[in-house]
Amino acid sequence: MRQVLMGNHAVSWGATLSRVQVIAAYPITPQTQVVELLSEICAEKKLDAKFIKVESEHSAMAACIGASMTGARAFTATSAQGLALMHEMLHWASGARTPVVMANINRAMTPPWTIWTDQNDSLSERDTGWMQVYCQNNQEVLDSVIQAYKVSERILLPTMVILDAFVLSHTMEVVDMPEQEMVDTYLPPFKPEYKLDPEDPHAFGGLTGPDGYFELRYIMQDAMEQAKSEWEKTGKEFGEMFGREYGLVETYKADDADFLIISSATIASTARVAVDRLRERGMKIGILRIRVFRPFPVERVREIVSSVKKAMVIDRNISFGASGIFYQEVKAAMYNVSNRPPIFGIVTGLGGRDVGVRDIIQMVEDVDKMDSPRSDIIFKGVRI
Amino acid sequence: MEKKQPDKKVIFKSVKEMPVMPVSLYDMSYNKTGTWRNLKPVINYDKCIYCMICWKYCPEPAITLEPIVIDGKEKPNPVINYDYCKGCGICWNECPVDAIDIEEEEK
Repeated sequence: MRQVLMGNHAVSWGATLSRVQVIAAYPITPQTQVVELLSEICAEKKLDAKFIKVESEHSAMAACIGASMTGARAFTATSAQGLALMHEMLHWASGARTPVVMANINRAMTPPWTIWTDQNDSLSERDTGWMQVYCQNNQEVLDSVIQAYKVSERILLPTMVILDAFVLSHTMEVVDMPEQEMVDTYLPPFKPEYKLDPEDPHAFGGLTGPDGYFELRYIMQDAMEQAKSEWEKTGKEFGEMFGREYGLVETYKADDADFLIISSATIASTARVAVDRLRERGMKIGILRIRVFRPFPVERVREIVSSVKKAMVIDRNISFGASGIFYQEVKAAMYNVSNRPPIFGIVTGLGGRDVGVRDIIQMVEDVDKMDSPRSDIIFKGVRI
Repeated sequence: MEKKQPDKKVIFKSVKEMPVMPVSLYDMSYNKTGTWRNLKPVINYDKCIYCMICWKYCPEPAITLEPIVIDGKEKPNPVINYDYCKGCGICWNECPVDAIDIEEEEK
């Protein structure tokens, strides 16, 4: 059934269709309409879930972890400072191997106070052991929540489904809502091997000395590696059932491209229009969109980037004192590949500054004139 | 329920033998935390009003409820299990009628 949905409500319906059983959320800024609609859905008994209003995002994540440990499917949503407040519990969720799924609306970090988009909130949580999926439209947002539960529950690692503030979160788009019965077939109930059960007591996350901790971390990394094929496999299954296929990455006109734009989220979808216009001028240009950032699809990146003559990474984020974060990751992935092209790093659109088609064309034209990058950051759209 | 208990410390030879998550293979009842205690709470049953607040607040749980019949009514009688009581004093602090005394532990 096709509906007009804002990104936030696409998340709510994704969680509803996934039949989440516990939702814990902090209801005030930086919260969004994600949990507002979910609380209504719960109140109207359209979803058999316990909605827990908590006093902070830290508590929201703690409640989700506890719920997940009992074998319930748990969900929360947050943004920016709220995600930062969860930081300690993010490590706990992944370390305890609870398949919690949350939506994070990508908002810039304060101060100065802001509610507009960039990726510094979620990328600050890069090393917490959460899988991260960056979405490019509201359909993908809804679909990714469902897919995230499937992957998370198989791999036993939590997933963050990420969407740009306002550009997706408050923008209405046509979204095809999957049928509940089909989602039930795709996503069977969560049945963990170990769970909190008074009849079969176990201690979870108890004190572990140097003789055991390292192995548990090795197992987590191994799970992240397995997750790569799991995202590809379940994305393909999703395509077979619902007609929309998803992978770790997505390419657009990249097969014969000499020049490759690498980006994520909505900048990558805007870049399609720029690529079409540049192709009209005869430029062989394409896009590599990194959808799943953790686990990082290093094999796919190597395969695609090594086939072009020049690559340009557009980052809507910055690692202060270094460069754009996707740029660092792509460069690191390519370092041991012998036939790597020069890779340029753009930092743009911080704090929700608009990145339009003309901006992207301008970036391509500027980079096209350069033989090799003179610095790790090329700032675009900032008044210097 | 029968208590499971490890005979000796389990060291895994490889990650393949381990559960994927940090979970104990046994229930933790063998871990008798009562040896940690410096202060010992003692319930004065003459004052106890069976409100169960000590039972609710005990973080272990080292207080169990064992029903007793008083004046023909069944009451939840709190009993401290000194095998597990760490002597944190929370029950002593929370008791609304000062029915819990705290004593130095004799070691």
